[in-house]
Amino acid sequence: MPKLIVGWFTFTCCEDSTIIFTELLNTHWQEWTKALDFKYAKILRKSQGVGPMDIAFVEGAISSQSQIDKLTQIRSLAKTLIAIGSCACIGQPSSQRNDFDPARLEEIKPILIKFNYADKVQKLSDLVTVDYSVPGCPMDEVKFIELMNQLCTPSI
Amino acid sequence: MHTVNLDLSLEEISKIEGGAGLDISIKDNQVTKCEFKITEYKRFYTQAIRGKSAAAAPALLARICGTCSNAHILASLEAIERALQLTPSPQTMTLRRLLMNGLIIRDHALHLYLFVLPDLFNKDSLLDFDDANPKQHQLVHDAFSVKDSGNQLSILVGGRSVHAPLPQIGGFLKLPDPEKIPLVYQQLQTVRPAIIKLIDIFRLAPFSLIHSVPYLANQNEDYSYLNGDIISSDGVHILPQDYRSHLNHICLTYSQASAYTYQNTTYLVGALARMNLNHPGLHPKTQVDAASSLKLFPSKNVFHNNLAQAIEILNAIDDSLMILGQNKFLPEPIIKPTLQSGQGFGIIEAPRGLLYHHLTIKDLIIQDAEILVPTGQNQLNIENDIKTLVNQKLKSPNFNQANLARDIEILIRAYDPCMSCASHFLKIKWC
Repeated sequence: MPKLIVGWFTFTCCEDSTIIFTELLNTHWQEWTKALDFKYAKILRKSQGVGPMDIAFVEGAISSQSQIDKLTQIRSLAKTLIAIGSCACIGQPSSQRNDFDPARLEEIKPILIKFNYADKVQKLSDLVTVDYSVPGCPMDEVKFIELMNQLCTPSI
Repeated sequence: MHTVNLDLSLEEISKIEGGAGLDISIKDNQVTKCEFKITEYKRFYTQAIRGKSAAAAPALLARICGTCSNAHILASLEAIERALQLTPSPQTMTLRRLLMNGLIIRDHALHLYLFVLPDLFNKDSLLDFDDANPKQHQLVHDAFSVKDSGNQLSILVGGRSVHAPLPQIGGFLKLPDPEKIPLVYQQLQTVRPAIIKLIDIFRLAPFSLIHSVPYLANQNEDYSYLNGDIISSDGVHILPQDYRSHLNHICLTYSQASAYTYQNTTYLVGALARMNLNHPGLHPKTQVDAASSLKLFPSKNVFHNNLAQAIEILNAIDDSLMILGQNKFLPEPIIKPTLQSGQGFGIIEAPRGLLYHHLTIKDLIIQDAEILVPTGQNQLNIENDIKTLVNQKLKSPNFNQANLARDIEILIRAYDPCMSCASHFLKIKWC
């Protein structure tokens, strides 16, 4: 059976779940790399662009139109999209500026304008269809391993 | 001689922590523009932390960065304890030292094995190493075994390797499980020979870029990441409380991160700075087994940051084996602060260099925060070195334009920059 093509993408976040993923590779890399081709994963390799894939793991919340465009592209290329970690699943804590008082918003306004930030930070499901979620800050390792075991099982 | 005119834009630099890009222009064989851009979107932690409980601040500020999270916890704990005039117990300091060792092993191993090593073998990824080649096969196994030893040490002491829940103001919520200590000890011992091999690989690595800039690092007797005064390679001794006043904030209109200068010049923090300025403090066993590599320090070759990190992994292993072998951790109460207000700073050596947290607390609520991270401090130096590297390549008779982007990425990776950290502390005073 051919390997599933996998992408691992990050948006606005601290990349804690990416780090947990690299730590889980310590003990799972042999089984996972037999079944999955981590073709688009900036943490692991230099990918030229992005193409069709079976699974997209997406960490982080969405802060700008350019991120919306990229997420939409990933969604269109991926058969399955999995939200990874708290920022992707519920927006927090990356969306904390959504709740700033007027004084704090005024402080950060020059940066929001300068770098074309969106008015609000959004979770993934605000923008695209999410097939699975692995919540947690960092992501729940047990849930992630369960999901990986499902994905690596040929019958599923 | 060839004439090169080129605009090169790297949108996403791979195998680094977080997002960064680069715009470079070459006119008539000279770099005329070089902008290293930190492209991570900000999450505004220095604003968000205001009004939050001081007790919650370390866990909240840990979310600045996944990979350096435990360093942020330790820096903010130190800042709060200084502000509230609380002195942690010697046992707490020993446990924090172990937590830092776990971070150093895990984080440096990720950088060296997964990010840098593929460059030395002309591979895109560690996962592409040839399983039929015994050396490459072994290195892949070493990579994950070494990383795991740091991960398990962090879990033993901090409860988790990322955003550790156990370290608190005045102590630890839980002590290491005595039944698990021998397992972690054994794991550290088992991976130690792999690191000696890794040190040799980086000692013999072919990359070189010599620069002459000040280096800043903690100096102390036992290569501690948690205390000591700061010294610079130009001989200036800086008390930790005066560190911030020696730095100037620089605004880069193209980057979402703050940059800094020291005495109006670029400077470097991190493993290379520590090794240059503090290597007599390394563990005696590390001094013996890394002796031939240590002869290369002090070094002005920025690629020796990789070698310095490899030596630091060995030192963290030796130091942890000593601590775990000689100490029994006994229950003790968490020390409660008696003051409710104050100002304090925490300054520690995070894996990538000096990390500074300054917190103002009133009635146990955070009023203000300033945080300086290592990648922000190195940012201008990274840019200067890219410029130097490209100008050197342009002068070379073997200049190959097709390899330029790759060569630049290899240089950036040598710094091990962390963009998640760097992009969240821009001064809100746009120039």
